[in-house]
Amino acid sequence: MIGTSLPKIDSYAKVTGAAKYADDLTLPRMAHGRILRSPHPHARILRLDIARARAHPGVLDVITAADLPRRYGIMPTTQDEYPFALDTVRYVGEPVAAVVAVDEETAEEALDLIEVVYAPLPTVSTIEEALAREDIRLHDTTKRGNIMKEVHLDFGDVDEGFAQADLVREDTFFFEGTTHAPMEEHSCVADCRPDGKITLWTSTQTPHYVHREVAKVLEIPRSRLRVIVPPVGGGFGGKCEPFAHDFAAALFALRHGRPVKFTLSREEVFYCHRGRHPVKMILKTGVKRDGAITAVHLQTFLDGGAYASYGLATVYYTGALLTVTYKIPRYKFDGMRLYTNKPACGPKRGHGSTQPRYAFECQLDKIAEQLGLDPAAYRKQLAIEPYSTTVNGLRVTSCGLVECVDKVVEASRWRERRGRMPAGTGLGIAISSYVTGAGKAIYWNDMPHSGVIVTIDRGGGVAVLCGSSDIGQGSDTMLAQIVAHELGIALLDIRVYTGDTDLTPVDLGSYSSRVTFMAGNAARAAATKLRALLFEAAAAHLGVPAERLTAADGRIHLADDPATGLAFAEAAQLAEAAHGTLSAVGSYTPPKLGGEFKGAGVGISPAYSYTACVAQVAVDPDTYDLRVEKLWVAHDCGRALNPTLVEGQIEGSAYMGFGEAVLEEQVFRKGLHKIPSLLEYKLPTIYDTPEIVALTVETHDHEGPYGAKEAGEGPLNPIIPAIANAVYDAIRARVDSTPITPDKIARALKERQRPLPAPARPHGAPTPIEVMPL
Amino acid sequence: MPKQLMTFQVNGETREVAASPTHTLLEVLREELDLTGTKHGCELGHCGACTVLVDGEPVLSCLLLAVEAQDAAITTVEGLARDNNTLHPLQLAFAERGAAQCGYCTPGFLVSGVSLLTRTTDPSRDEIKDALSGNLCRCTGYTKIIEAVELAATRMRETQQPVPSSRSRRNRP
Repeated sequence: MIGTSLPKIDSYAKVTGAAKYADDLTLPRMAHGRILRSPHPHARILRLDIARARAHPGVLDVITAADLPRRYGIMPTTQDEYPFALDTVRYVGEPVAAVVAVDEETAEEALDLIEVVYAPLPTVSTIEEALAREDIRLHDTTKRGNIMKEVHLDFGDVDEGFAQADLVREDTFFFEGTTHAPMEEHSCVADCRPDGKITLWTSTQTPHYVHREVAKVLEIPRSRLRVIVPPVGGGFGGKCEPFAHDFAAALFALRHGRPVKFTLSREEVFYCHRGRHPVKMILKTGVKRDGAITAVHLQTFLDGGAYASYGLATVYYTGALLTVTYKIPRYKFDGMRLYTNKPACGPKRGHGSTQPRYAFECQLDKIAEQLGLDPAAYRKQLAIEPYSTTVNGLRVTSCGLVECVDKVVEASRWRERRGRMPAGTGLGIAISSYVTGAGKAIYWNDMPHSGVIVTIDRGGGVAVLCGSSDIGQGSDTMLAQIVAHELGIALLDIRVYTGDTDLTPVDLGSYSSRVTFMAGNAARAAATKLRALLFEAAAAHLGVPAERLTAADGRIHLADDPATGLAFAEAAQLAEAAHGTLSAVGSYTPPKLGGEFKGAGVGISPAYSYTACVAQVAVDPDTYDLRVEKLWVAHDCGRALNPTLVEGQIEGSAYMGFGEAVLEEQVFRKGLHKIPSLLEYKLPTIYDTPEIVALTVETHDHEGPYGAKEAGEGPLNPIIPAIANAVYDAIRARVDSTPITPDKIARALKERQRPLPAPARPHGAPTPIEVMPL
Repeated sequence: MPKQLMTFQVNGETREVAASPTHTLLEVLREELDLTGTKHGCELGHCGACTVLVDGEPVLSCLLLAVEAQDAAITTVEGLARDNNTLHPLQLAFAERGAAQCGYCTPGFLVSGVSLLTRTTDPSRDEIKDALSGNLCRCTGYTKIIEAVELAATRMRETQQPVPSSRSRRNRP
C-alpha cells in the first residue's frame, strides 16, 4: 500500500466528468454575481452611484465597500485590503462593486449602470519607481515611501569572509513575475438558511484561512459559517486567500437567504494574481581558490503589487532558504518588498525561494567556470551535510542532494557529453531545496497544523476526515493510502472527506508543501490508535497476544499464521462492543525550530526536500529561438508513498519551471496588464514542453510519515537556473534575467565580446561592491 | 432574445431544451442539460477545456452556438464510458497513469484523445501531440497524458475490440 502507484481515489470521478467543481454546483433559486473592477491603476473614487444598477430589473443586490468596510489580509500583521475598494483603487482590476442578479447576463448589464467617478492619481509600476517616487504613496501605513517591508539579517561577519576569499563575484539578476493560471477560474457558491448559518463552497487551497477571514469581515461568529472545498481545478498558490467574490457571495446569501454563484472570467483571474513576485537581486559571493564559500551577501527587491497578500512571508523567503543547500559560513541578507500599482503578488509554487535560487545557481556556474571546476562536481563539493544546522539556524535532517546530482549526471550522460555538444546546444545543471511545510502557521499559535479523524462503521467501512484541500496533487489519496496501510484494508473500503470546516478538523491548507508530511502524520496517528483497539478485541476473541497480530488484506490475523484471524469488519464489531463507537483523532504539530531573531519563523520546516536538474537546450543560430529539448530531474522526496503521483509532481513542477524560464511573463504597460488571456500569456503547450525525465531519490526522513517529504514545489526551483546555465553552455553568453527570450539571446550574443551591462541597479540600492579579480 | 426550442443528439440520447439562440453549446450543455463534465477555462477558444465531439470531430463548444449543433451527434466526457459502467480504455489509462491531477482539463483531453484513438490505435508520439495540441494542462507537464494515450492505444490494439465511437453512437436509437 505504502510505496505503491495506486490510481487516485478521485480519478474515476475526474475521468467521467462526475467531479463537481465549484462552478458545476447549482442550487434552487440560485442567483448570479458579477464584479465591477477598476479601469485605473491608481485613482481616488470620488463618487460611486449604484442607484441605477439597483433599479435594473432582475438585479437583487449591489455590494460595495459600504457593505463590507472591514480590512482583511492573509497575514495578521499586514491587513491592508478591503473586499471592495473603499475610497482608492490601486490596480487595474481591483474590485469596486458586485452585482447579484437573477442571471449572469442581467448582472453583467447592471455593471454598466454603476456610475463611478475616478480622479486618477500618479502611479508607480516598477521597483525603481516605487523607490524613487516617495511622493506617490499607495498606502499611508508604510514607514517610508512604498516600502511595505524591509528585512536585514546578519549571520556571521561577511566582511571578514569576503576578505578571506580568493574570488568575490557580484552579479545582478532579475526574475520576471509570472502567474499561476490554474485551468479552473476561481468560483464560489454561497447559501444561507433562515437561521443565519452560511455555507460557502469555494475553490480554495486554504479553507481554514478563508473561514477565518470571511467570518471576520462579515462580523459573524465563525461557528455560523461553513466553508466547503469542492474539487479544485488547480491552485499553485493562486487560491490561498479569500477574494472579493467569497465575501460578496457570503454576504448576499446571509442577507437574502438565497444561494448565489460567482465565477470569474479568465481575465479576472489574471487580476486576482497573487503570483510570483518580480525580484531584482544583487548577489555577492566569496570563494576560496578551491571553491569553498567564505561568505554570501544577498539583496532582494520585490515588486509586490498593490497589496500585502503573503508578501511579508515572501520577502523573508527570498533570504531564508538560500542557506539550506551549501556550506555557507557567513551570510547577510537584505530584503525589501515594495508596493506598486499592479495586482498583488503572493505565493506561487516555490514561494519566494525560486528567484534567489535562480540567481545563486547561475552565479555558482560563473564561479565554477572562473575556477575551472566542473559545475556538477562543484555542487557536490559544496553540498550541505545531512543532519546539520545552517548559518541562519535552520535544522536540516535528511538530505539527498548528492544522490540527486549523481542521478541527473548519470541519466544525462553529463560527463561524456558536456563540452562535446554540437554548436548551439548545451547542457546546464542546478540544484535546490524546499520546505516540507512551513514550521509556523500564518497566525502564530500552539495548536496542531493538521488533524485527522478516522471512524469505522460496523460494516467495515472507514471514513477519514481532514481539513486539507486536494487541489489535484492527490492529498486525499495520500490520506486513504496511509489509513488503508495501517488498517490492512483496500482503498475502496475508505471514504475520504476533506476541506469542510463543519466536519473536518483543521488542516492549514495546501501551501508550503505541507500536506503529506503533516496531514499524513496525523492520519497515521489516528489510524494507529484505532488499530490498537481492533487488535485488542481480536486478540481477546482469538485468545492470542495482540503483539502477534497484523492487519492485512481486509483481515486481522497472526503475523506468522494468516489462517488464525478474522475479517476486518468482524474485528470492528468486536472492538465497538468492547470500546464503544470506533473513532480516533490524530494530529501533527511541528517541533520547535529555528533561531530567536525576528524573522526566524520563516524558512523553518520539519524537513527539506532536495532536487537536481540537468537541462539540454538548443539555440537556433538564425532566429535565436530557444528550444529546451530535455530535462532530467532527480528529487529527494524522502519516500514516495505513491511513486506515480510523485513523478507527476516532479513533471508538473518541471513544466511550470520551464514556462517561467522561457515563455511566461506577467507584464504591464501603463498599469495595464499586457496579456490577460491564455492565448497571449504563453502557457507551454504540449508542443513546447520538453521531454521530462523524473527520477526519485528516497532518503527516508525520520520524522516524515513512512519517511516521506514533499514533492509538489521543490522540483520547480532548479529548472530555471539549469536552463539558464545550459543556454550559456550553448552560446557562451549570459542572459541574467527571465524569461530567456530570443531578443535577449540576440542581444547577449551581439555583446558577447564586451561585458554585458548588468541589469540596472534599483535606485536607492547600496553602491556596487568591487569585484576582485582572481 | 426570446428562447428557442432546440433538439440535440447528446451521448446517444435525444434531448430537447429551450435556450437563447445567443448561447453557446458549452452553456447549453452545462446549464440546460446538466452535463457539467465539459469545462471552461477561458470561453475564448484558447484552452481546450470545453472540447466535445461533434460528429466525431473535436470542437471547442465555447465557440459554437448551440443552434448550430442541432443536427449533429454530440459526445461529451459523460458519453465516453459504455452504458454498462465500463470506462473507455483512455479513461482507465488516465486514472492508472495519474494523467488527471486537478482533473479540470481532463474532459477536454479525453475527448480529443478518444477522437485520435478512433482514427488510429497506433498513433506516433507526434500524432498524439498534434491531436492534443489544442488542450492546455497546467498540472502534468503533459508527460503522463501522453503516456496514458500510448497505454490506451496499446491495450486497444491488443484486445482488437472496436470501441464505441461517437460516429457509431449517432446511429443508436
